[in-house]
Amino acid sequence: MAQNENNRDELENADSSRRIFLKQSSALAALALTPPAARTAIDHGVHEKVALAFEQLPLQVTINGTLRQLRIEPRVTLLDLLREQLGLTGTKKGCDHGQCGACTVHLDGQRVNACLTLAMTTEGSQVTTIEGLAGGDNGPTSQLHPMQEAFIKHDGFQCGYCTPGQIMSAVACIREGHADSPEEIREYMSGNICRCGAYSNIVAAIMDVKEGGEKV
Amino acid sequence: MNPFQYTRVTTPKAAISALTQESGTYFLAGGTNLIDLIKSEVVIPEKLVDINKLPLATIEKTATGLRIGAMAKNSAVADNQLVRKHFPLLAMALNAGASAQLRNMATVGGNMMQRTRCSYFYNTSMPCNKRSPVQAGPDKGQPNGPTGCGAIGGSNRMHAIFGASPKCIAVHPSDMCIALVALDATVNVSGPRGDRTIPFRDFHRLPGDTPQKDNTLLPGELILSVDLPTNRFADNSHYLKVRDRASYAFALVSVGVGLDLRKDTIQEARLAMGGVAHKPWRLTEAEAFLKGKPATEATFRQAAALAMQGAKGFGENDFKLTLAPNSIVEALTIATKTA
Repeated sequence: MAQNENNRDELENADSSRRIFLKQSSALAALALTPPAARTAIDHGVHEKVALAFEQLPLQVTINGTLRQLRIEPRVTLLDLLREQLGLTGTKKGCDHGQCGACTVHLDGQRVNACLTLAMTTEGSQVTTIEGLAGGDNGPTSQLHPMQEAFIKHDGFQCGYCTPGQIMSAVACIREGHADSPEEIREYMSGNICRCGAYSNIVAAIMDVKEGGEKV
Repeated sequence: MNPFQYTRVTTPKAAISALTQESGTYFLAGGTNLIDLIKSEVVIPEKLVDINKLPLATIEKTATGLRIGAMAKNSAVADNQLVRKHFPLLAMALNAGASAQLRNMATVGGNMMQRTRCSYFYNTSMPCNKRSPVQAGPDKGQPNGPTGCGAIGGSNRMHAIFGASPKCIAVHPSDMCIALVALDATVNVSGPRGDRTIPFRDFHRLPGDTPQKDNTLLPGELILSVDLPTNRFADNSHYLKVRDRASYAFALVSVGVGLDLRKDTIQEARLAMGGVAHKPWRLTEAEAFLKGKPATEATFRQAAALAMQGAKGFGENDFKLTLAPNSIVEALTIATKTA
């Protein structure tokens, strides 16, 4: 009987401490996730610097031909802006540390890793993602880009997760003039990792587009 | 990422005054290293000063050589016709580094400022003397993880064989800097106390007792440009990078060579190694030995032996004691045949 009492006490204690933990951690999560946290912070008298850091700043950037007027926190990367705020989920988050290339987009015509690009630094720039590739500067179309067609033709993927990054990188590789041989393509595509190992078919797709001479 | 304040500047003067106002403030250039460090909480900044709009990206001829703006992208420098023709060692070194995407983002100044890739430095649960204290948030001023050097007696396959200290055996990861130190570059900086020029070989430093300091910049100083003096090495240059895979990996050992070669006699030599020290490692004794000598394998072997004096392994990186001299001989051999 006494033992049961003890057990119940323990259970109740565990239960209440779990409740406190959940309450505390959800409060922390709310602080971390709420976008207008700057105001909340000021309301609760939190240090002014914290409020400043959560402040949203204006950003004007053209994405796939459309001018966007946004307000974002300074710490938002271009990758998170595209995926989480603009719903452009074609650009993939792989490693999030600039090591895999899944997040490759074109920034003012140059291929870059969106995961290491702070969105605020793209002020006044043109961004093209896989969604806008086929339409070029005129915005997305229902047509496929020649590189997208070549990836399908040559089976340049298996699971497909790295593919948007591979295709954005491949188009840039040809535009830069670094796709003159399979060796050169392998070197200049080394920033795009494919864990399925579709590399030989990716190189074949790029060679095909390059030799086809179509404008990319 | 932890939250931080952000400000954008358009003149070097505004950049310098923004940086000197507060501690915990960092310049943000290409971001390829700094954003990664912030994500990993190795750096916890109060504020970033975005210097991407500074007009410092030009590459131009000068009376004495070439001036490369600090904000010039690594890819723009590697593809520049003047660089390719007169300083091919620099183009080769740049193209051996990172990936095409990262080279489109990374700047010359940022490349010089990049931190070591030592895995203990990057993991805040592991001991490291190089990490600075936390610079923002409730833990401001507290050590960012345990102190000590995890790499000494730990996993040190990638680490230094020259110039290490009991506090730190990390290496500088740059390829570009190996070419710049070999080519006698100078660095133009501006700061709260005015402008000055730093010889490239004095820009980075050995760890000593203060491994948190990678370089000799003073607080608030901004890199404006890098000057390269004209030379006679363009026909016989080579950058050899030995790494775990064919592309897109940091160097185990790298060697940058520039030779002024006339009728198989070395008039003048420039040699530097990467992946072996806390700073780009210039091989001045080997250079002096090679001067006036015939370009033969026997000479190269002797030069390499001179270069390796004082080298010390830490266990897992002992293989570098053999790999490094062999790489020197290989790079010299290739450089003699490139004309």
